[in-house]
Amino acid sequence: MIKESLKGKITRISGPVIEADGMRGAKMYDVVRVGDENLLGEIIRLNENIATIQVYEDTNGLKPGEKVISTDLPLSVELGPGLLTNIYDGIQRPLPTIYDQTGDFIERGVEADALDRNKKWKFVPTSKVGDKLKGCDVLGEVQETSIILHKIMVPPNIEGTLISIVNKGEYKIEDVIATISSRDREIKLSMLQKWPVRQARPVKEKYDPSLPLITGQRVVDTFFPVAKGGTAAIPGGFGTGKTVMLHQLAKWSDAQVVIYVGCGERGNEMTDVLREFPKLKDPKTGESLMKRTVLIANTSNMPVAARDASVYTGITLAEYYRDMGYDVALMADSTSRLAEAMREISGRLEEMPGEEGYPAYLASRLAEFYERAGRAKLLGSKNKEGSVSVMGAVSPPGGDFSEPVAQNTLRIVKVFWALDSDLADRRHFPSINWLKSYSLYLDEVSSWWKKDVGEHWLNLRNNAMALLQKESELQEIVKLVGPDALPAKERALLESARMIREDFLQQSAFHEVDTYCSEKKQYEMLRIMSKYSDLIQKAIENNVNIEDIISIKSRENIARMGTISNQEFEKKFKDIENELEQEIEGIINEVNKT
Amino acid sequence: MSNKEIEYTTVSEVAGPLMIVKGIKDVAYNEVVRIKTSTGEERTGQVLEAFMNKVIVQVFEGTKGLDTKKTSARFIGETMKLGVSKDMLGRVFDGTGNPIDNAPPIIPEDRRDINGNPINPYSREYPREFIQTGISTIDGLNTLVRGQKLPIFSGSGLPHNNLAAQIARQAKVLGQKEKFAVVFCAMGITFEEANLFIKDFENTGALERTTMFLNLADDPTIERIILPRMALTCAEYFAFELGMQVLVILTDLTNYAEALREIAAAREEVPGRRGYPGYMYTDLATIYERAGRIKGKKGSITQIPMLTMPDDDITHPIPDLTGYITEGQIVLERGLHKKGIYPPIAVLPCLSRLMDRGIGKDKTREDHAGVSNQLYAAYAEGCDLRDLVAIVGEDALSDRDRKFLKFSEEFEKKFVSQDEHEDRSIEKTLEIGWELFSILPKSELKKIDENYIKKYLPKNE
Repeated sequence: MIKESLKGKITRISGPVIEADGMRGAKMYDVVRVGDENLLGEIIRLNENIATIQVYEDTNGLKPGEKVISTDLPLSVELGPGLLTNIYDGIQRPLPTIYDQTGDFIERGVEADALDRNKKWKFVPTSKVGDKLKGCDVLGEVQETSIILHKIMVPPNIEGTLISIVNKGEYKIEDVIATISSRDREIKLSMLQKWPVRQARPVKEKYDPSLPLITGQRVVDTFFPVAKGGTAAIPGGFGTGKTVMLHQLAKWSDAQVVIYVGCGERGNEMTDVLREFPKLKDPKTGESLMKRTVLIANTSNMPVAARDASVYTGITLAEYYRDMGYDVALMADSTSRLAEAMREISGRLEEMPGEEGYPAYLASRLAEFYERAGRAKLLGSKNKEGSVSVMGAVSPPGGDFSEPVAQNTLRIVKVFWALDSDLADRRHFPSINWLKSYSLYLDEVSSWWKKDVGEHWLNLRNNAMALLQKESELQEIVKLVGPDALPAKERALLESARMIREDFLQQSAFHEVDTYCSEKKQYEMLRIMSKYSDLIQKAIENNVNIEDIISIKSRENIARMGTISNQEFEKKFKDIENELEQEIEGIINEVNKT
Repeated sequence: MSNKEIEYTTVSEVAGPLMIVKGIKDVAYNEVVRIKTSTGEERTGQVLEAFMNKVIVQVFEGTKGLDTKKTSARFIGETMKLGVSKDMLGRVFDGTGNPIDNAPPIIPEDRRDINGNPINPYSREYPREFIQTGISTIDGLNTLVRGQKLPIFSGSGLPHNNLAAQIARQAKVLGQKEKFAVVFCAMGITFEEANLFIKDFENTGALERTTMFLNLADDPTIERIILPRMALTCAEYFAFELGMQVLVILTDLTNYAEALREIAAAREEVPGRRGYPGYMYTDLATIYERAGRIKGKKGSITQIPMLTMPDDDITHPIPDLTGYITEGQIVLERGLHKKGIYPPIAVLPCLSRLMDRGIGKDKTREDHAGVSNQLYAAYAEGCDLRDLVAIVGEDALSDRDRKFLKFSEEFEKKFVSQDEHEDRSIEKTLEIGWELFSILPKSELKKIDENYIKKYLPKNE
């Protein structure tokens, strides 16, 4: 039976929000087609016959009286092979296809399939007839890109006995590849699935994260680590490097699949990602980074309602790859734009505003989004694990973290990387303020570091942190009395802290080598710096003049450690360490002689 | 009878810049309205909100003199369009797109919706051709590239107009003869300020490659909402249709934002920060994001928006939201201006996000990135020391610190400061940088590759 689709007509248009009459029977969050141009919209409020609809495209020229048709389906994404390497807009229309249809500028009413219907994929079955299958059990595999094996799964809400499956061969995504008998019904399955974006894909059980997500960024991995399946927020005023930071995380973190959502940000930044990622090589696999990446771009000048959809689209794709057993990382730049989109729509609905005009449900929406992250035991009979880590930028107005979006985000996320405009002004990048930032995963990940990298990791890290804390206290005094008034011991301490700040925390995203620092190299760098700190204290105790200590040659070598390549650092670091020991030894002996 | 010919005299309410017309049918959202007052004066408006049988119209030339009895409204059946043509170069237009230079109207080659469409991020070309502005603080430290949007954050009474005129006068892409076409869009600035630009364009012969859109301080406020969109529609035509390199100067965005707030207030919308509407970010983005380059197209749009920060406050919503959209910012500072330094560019809060890709070997010079980083770091340190000196006096400083202090003084005098008509080449800018480095101990030049230090650092001894 084909359900007769609901048809109403427009009665009011106000920017991206319209009202339509004659919509009784339509469901909340159902997708509708608006006007003669079939613009895509979503129902966000129902009142008797009137439905309020947010439209995902520009509403210029729309007239009251034009038709509105309900599709009777919630906003969904298409899932299947072909997602990776693609770039989508907020409602999963591929931008290259839009380009083919309307040229350099995005026009309205474009309809485009998210996944190519005609492309053939090599399918290799891994289940056989008679197998009892549950949701998320794997039917077969497709080599989607050279590094990602795409598992074709039974949709989460289906279980039964496999009664037929195709042989190894090339199939289009809509071809039937398997049939499952479930409660006397036969369900035909293809490689293409759909899933509503506002609904989290189910898992069996959520775990606490325990493994670190290695990002190759020293200040992150060593000082404020994020775990696989964890959540992190990057708030910062403009020009503090949020986007560069997120790009760095997308490039170098050791997730197997990366979803990058550009939500209400600059067009050129997405172009940059598109241009640069294919050229960069993943340090773990040596393959192009683009092969593990899906981009979602809803730039600031694209329709505001689709901004909200873009992060949900992103997180649903992330969950899909998680269900295959992968570690997925999602970057959202920026969640403030998402909140602003909510505020704009809420304003048009004339809802009672909460703080600073944001809707009262801001906190719960943000929480809902971040809660879709996590490490989990997956559905299916194999008890596999997968994870989604979420990192969101926050753009607080005036760089003031007390505003509602930053505050509500901080209540949810476990890692806080506070970007600081003072640091950015003096070109200290990444401009993560070490005194304000925190990570609640430190205990969870320290056993991994201890086991896999170096025994003293937590000690080194905590000592360095204490040193920086001490430095900030001393700086207060220096401001009043000048550095010369400090005792030599404390001046040496300031020197050590300066080294950690300038040569460890700072890391150049644009330097070929320094852009990625392996975990072992991070550990060794910190260890040598800690040794430097100990040695110069020892020198001070032996009455060496502080000026002589500061001017040692090794200091310069240590400063350039970050740029020593990941292949040869072990040997070169050893030389640096030896030289440092000898040099300090030398100046101590000199003093003892006289 | 088509809707276009009906004169509705059913105006039911006039409030602030808004007018409500009832009993209409078939009117589209954002459609243009021609309004005739009881005295026969013509005005233009645009539909802000459309219902089945009434519309809310914003009136561009103001609502003074409108009544609810005789005023008539005619809906022209399309959204706001601008007729574009290459003959627009050398011409001056008002806030509704009509020529005001006593020359005949232009014959449009195309009519385009002034709201434009967003550029598909997939078809953008990443901007990376260095534009030499001849100004050291921009070229050397915050390089402008073709297709970038780089605003100037200023304050009232600072010489931002002179700076913008200087950029328009001197901007060029090295190795290319073609000059920039300039689209100049004035929103609510005074006649005097506008005249500064006009005279300057005249004197340098740039007028014939300039198109001006003027809405002066005494012109209707609401026109300022559509003016930048017209200017950018014209610029898009020049750049992507005619293949020109276009420099768009928008001044003053603060007046634009005020107009936006006025309408929002009249509509009784829920206000965001400081009374500005919650959608101001999106609205500003639809202006700024129209800068850029497109794959396979010769032309480009480079934007220099200018805004005066109320009370020099960079956290005010107007500069704040702008900074989140644009690709960096040039910030002017009153302190430097008072010291007599022109251009009074406060180097530390300035930024050009696209700089890294536009400089270096074959573009500017191999040592450019290093010099820039080192200048920044050293100047920042010098500025910190100034605060310290204020408390403990210069005598308490170490020898090293004194050198940094001297560096920062010299930096402002020699590098930042230059004449309004001085067009410094990038080589000259970098040379000054190296001269300044010779003040510092060599071991402090940590941000520059050693090879470049050997090659470029002046050898005094």
